[in-house]
Amino acid sequence: MSRVGVIRLIVVIAAIGLLELACRLGFIDYRTIIPPSEMTTVLVRLLASGELNSDIARTFGVVVIAVAISIVLGFALGLLIHAVPRVRRALDPLLATYYAVPIFIFYPVMVAIFGLSIIPIVLIGIAAAAVAMIIATLNGLDRVPRVLTKVARVHRMGPLDTALRLKLPAAAPHLFTGVKLAVSYGFIAVIASEFILAPAGLGRAIADAYSDFNNRKMYALILLLLVFATCMNMALHAWDLRWSARRGVRPQ
Amino acid sequence: MTGPDSGGEVHARLLGVTRIFPGATGQQPVHALGPVDLELRRGEFFAVVGPSGCGKSTLLEILAGLQSPTSGTVTFEGQPVTADVPDGIGVVFQEDASFPWLTVWDNAAFGLRRAGAPEAEVSRSVNDALAFMGLQDFARAYPSQLSGGMRQRVCIARTLVLQPRLILLDEPFGALDAQTRLLMGDEVLRLWRRTSATVLLITHALDEAAMLSDRIGAMSARPGRFMDIVETRWPRERDSTIVSETSFGEITGRLWENLRGESIKSLGHSGAGPA
Repeated sequence: MSRVGVIRLIVVIAAIGLLELACRLGFIDYRTIIPPSEMTTVLVRLLASGELNSDIARTFGVVVIAVAISIVLGFALGLLIHAVPRVRRALDPLLATYYAVPIFIFYPVMVAIFGLSIIPIVLIGIAAAAVAMIIATLNGLDRVPRVLTKVARVHRMGPLDTALRLKLPAAAPHLFTGVKLAVSYGFIAVIASEFILAPAGLGRAIADAYSDFNNRKMYALILLLLVFATCMNMALHAWDLRWSARRGVRPQ
Repeated sequence: MTGPDSGGEVHARLLGVTRIFPGATGQQPVHALGPVDLELRRGEFFAVVGPSGCGKSTLLEILAGLQSPTSGTVTFEGQPVTADVPDGIGVVFQEDASFPWLTVWDNAAFGLRRAGAPEAEVSRSVNDALAFMGLQDFARAYPSQLSGGMRQRVCIARTLVLQPRLILLDEPFGALDAQTRLLMGDEVLRLWRRTSATVLLITHALDEAAMLSDRIGAMSARPGRFMDIVETRWPRERDSTIVSETSFGEITGRLWENLRGESIKSLGHSGAGPA
């Protein structure tokens, strides 16, 4: 591990240790936050009991569906928008300000239209993630060296062949940034939607535990999501580093 | 000497070729090239030199079919060159055009695999091309692990495996230091002798043109036209040691005599146009 990595790890461990100490010594009220060690114990017990299995499966299933659709849709729309400069010019301001709009305000509308199923949650997930992928695709395609387009013509490649064999891999570092953002945004949107209104899922389970003043379960579930989000981001970052090193570029 | 040339079988021909770029809003159109007449003889090494912005690269792209001329005709092996790059033409660009996501071996194999060549043929051709370019020990490396000169050799190897009959080199050593350029020149001469292809080299460097070429076309400032075509009369078996020959100095001297005034003119053209 690099020196920076060691420092980062020390900071995280110190923060957890400090929280543990503050809870154990009574600086933080037990009814407000429980010690991290107790969060871990409760989480292990919950996971072992199988009580969370259906919620975990549902939430992560919805995240996978929403993120997968966002990535494919975002890339396809990015390609299309990039191919028509006039459309690009028209849409650029909308894309740039998209994330200033709190998209969750549309969640009740979607529930009203599609009912209390996974569809509104998937749609909110897509609404949160797809635009990041579109923007990343546009950025990536903007940075494809023009000489590669000439190389494609020398090899007599058609537009689709050029897009898939040259532009896609050439833009890959930026696309990967889009994938990372899509995963994060999709995950946040799904959990938040479940938290607001859903028949099941981890977000709903946290909301229920909160309503029931069941701090131990609530913090255990929060810890589960934190661990999952951290592991997922670390895995994506490690993959990004490996790819970037091979291509001789810095991770985006 | 200007205009169409005689002697040897004509491999590619430009006749009355001009290129005028439409001006931006409120700007005058840019007359970048021509009219230009040129005949490339089969198997010769022809270099084009000229001041910056005189249309050298435009000329190459028109010959390759990457750009259409505003007027005039272009033929390659007797067939008109229109909007597509004809089969048998390979182009090496000044910019690094290696694919960073592929290994050196896969870079070289790109064109053959796209053409659907059998894997055995791909393997044989690629290994041969990499060995020829001195890259066999780097077959599994990625371009980011190589120097600029080696990446350019990867691009040449990728062109070489397709066995082009006309190789167009657009300032391929422009980004390299002087010593590496000389050595890369030797590589190109070896490549030219082995493939018997016709080679058109675009370059800024008079010494590079004089060392490599059978004939050198000196272009005027924009709009680029051929002012002089110099025959070097070098033997086919030559390398970078000819830079010490007396006639080498005479050739570069004659080229500079032609180009000095044009280069000064081009410096006066503050609005840079297409290269």
